[in-house]
Amino acid sequence: MSNLKNWKELTPGAVIEEAGNAAEYVTGGWRTYRPVLDEEKCIHCLTCWISCPDTAVIVRDEKMTGFDYDHCKGCGVCADVCPKKVQAISMEQEGK
Amino acid sequence: MGQRVAMTGNIAVANAMRQINPDVCAAYPITPSTEIMQQFSSFVADGLVKTVLVPAESEHSAMSACIGAAGAGGRVMTATSSQGLALMWEMLFIAAGNRLPIVLAMANRALSAPINIHGDTSDAMGARDSGWIQIFSENAQEAYDNLIQAVRIAEHLDVRLPVMVGMDGFIISHSIESMELLEDEAVRDFVGEYIPNRPLLDIQNPRTYGPLDLQDYYIEHKRQEYEAMKNAKSVILEVARDFSDRFGREYGLFESYRLDDAEVAIVVLNSAAGTVKTVIDALRADGVKAGLLKPRIFRPFPADEIAAALSGVKAVCVMDRADGVNAVGGPLFPEFRSALYDSNPRPMMINKVFGLGGRDLGLHHVREVFAELQTIAETGKIETLAEYITVRN
Ligand code: SF4
Ligand code: SF4
Repeated sequence: MSNLKNWKELTPGAVIEEAGNAAEYVTGGWRTYRPVLDEEKCIHCLTCWISCPDTAVIVRDEKMTGFDYDHCKGCGVCADVCPKKVQAISMEQEGK
Repeated sequence: MGQRVAMTGNIAVANAMRQINPDVCAAYPITPSTEIMQQFSSFVADGLVKTVLVPAESEHSAMSACIGAAGAGGRVMTATSSQGLALMWEMLFIAAGNRLPIVLAMANRALSAPINIHGDTSDAMGARDSGWIQIFSENAQEAYDNLIQAVRIAEHLDVRLPVMVGMDGFIISHSIESMELLEDEAVRDFVGEYIPNRPLLDIQNPRTYGPLDLQDYYIEHKRQEYEAMKNAKSVILEVARDFSDRFGREYGLFESYRLDDAEVAIVVLNSAAGTVKTVIDALRADGVKAGLLKPRIFRPFPADEIAAALSGVKAVCVMDRADGVNAVGGPLFPEFRSALYDSNPRPMMINKVFGLGGRDLGLHHVREVFAELQTIAETGKIETLAEYITVRN
């Protein structure tokens, strides 16, 4: 813990001065199943994107491009909401 | 110069709030402090203050609203008593941990059960380890003066901790006393303009309050809080000096009454100190060297100064108007006794729990305590370490 700030260097009351720095806190290690995208099947409806509780679906130019595995917790919501006729996301076990 | 007025403690406190003119006041009024908010809401309705009044649905919500408003960058005040303070309990720690300089006026009252609305300090003692600075007042004048000073103490950049200012419920909150009300301008000048530290409403610099703080940082932030509480001691004295320079009334960490050469002494908070002083004057006339230490500041606890003041006394009784129900004695006793542990000489010390639920402390009770202390001083023996008095046995 040697590179962490000591008590004299911290802002009082644990106030965080930097906006949005929760992104630096990597939580993807909790995951036991990972979502995997089949780009061939995806119709870019973005239902997975609005449903992901961790904003871990990456969208560029209105196209679903994959997952932010640093923050995806593997809940499977995205796979579940992907339209039944499409099923572009499969959940695969981590470590396999 | 100020104005001589006859006021209850509650109305005096409401007037201090009017003169301080806080940005936000969120409250859920409760006996015996109800009158503070009742009077203050009239001041708001009459346009005498610019305060945004938030009538909350509970004290937990009232303190939560105070925390939000203080985090946003406002000067914030509230008032409560007893169950109200108890219901705020969770949020008290959050106000202190977030280092928000909220000022709370407290008319001290017993806690249920059994239900009782009268004065004792059980409510304040339940909050003594919450990170709030605690100031106690003997009478309406002190409650008024202390509340005004509390704003400066809380907001000092070396402190930034919330402050609660107590007075005895009913005995002081509802009794009319003659006191001096300072001029509005003089109070406004004394408290000064509030400069918030890292406010949420500074939208150019977005920031987060209340984040998760785990094993890697929590203890560092607690260490900061401890430092702020240590700093408070000198800030309290500095603010008191400025107050006495401007207005002539002297305040310290505690009041010593005829204590310098005392052989027997009582330690007691709030209004009971007045009763003890009356007995001391009579005893002194009979040649008994009796004295009083009336704590003004209980948090931070001025252990070194207390030890210096009481070290030469032969026998001391710490009187608690609250019981810790630890089967030993009241909450002041272990702290005062511990403060004197390393002193040489060291007084013999006993504890009396008295006056719970507003039970009167009579002059004869105090005389009996002093008589017992004289016996202890003479014989060097303590018969009873701690016990209830003012109770039917
Ligand atoms: S598995 Fe859950 S957290 Fe991960 S991308 Fe899908 S919805 Fe988001
Ligand atoms: S829900 Fe399925 S189809 Fe729609 S964008 Fe996401 S992966 Fe593609």
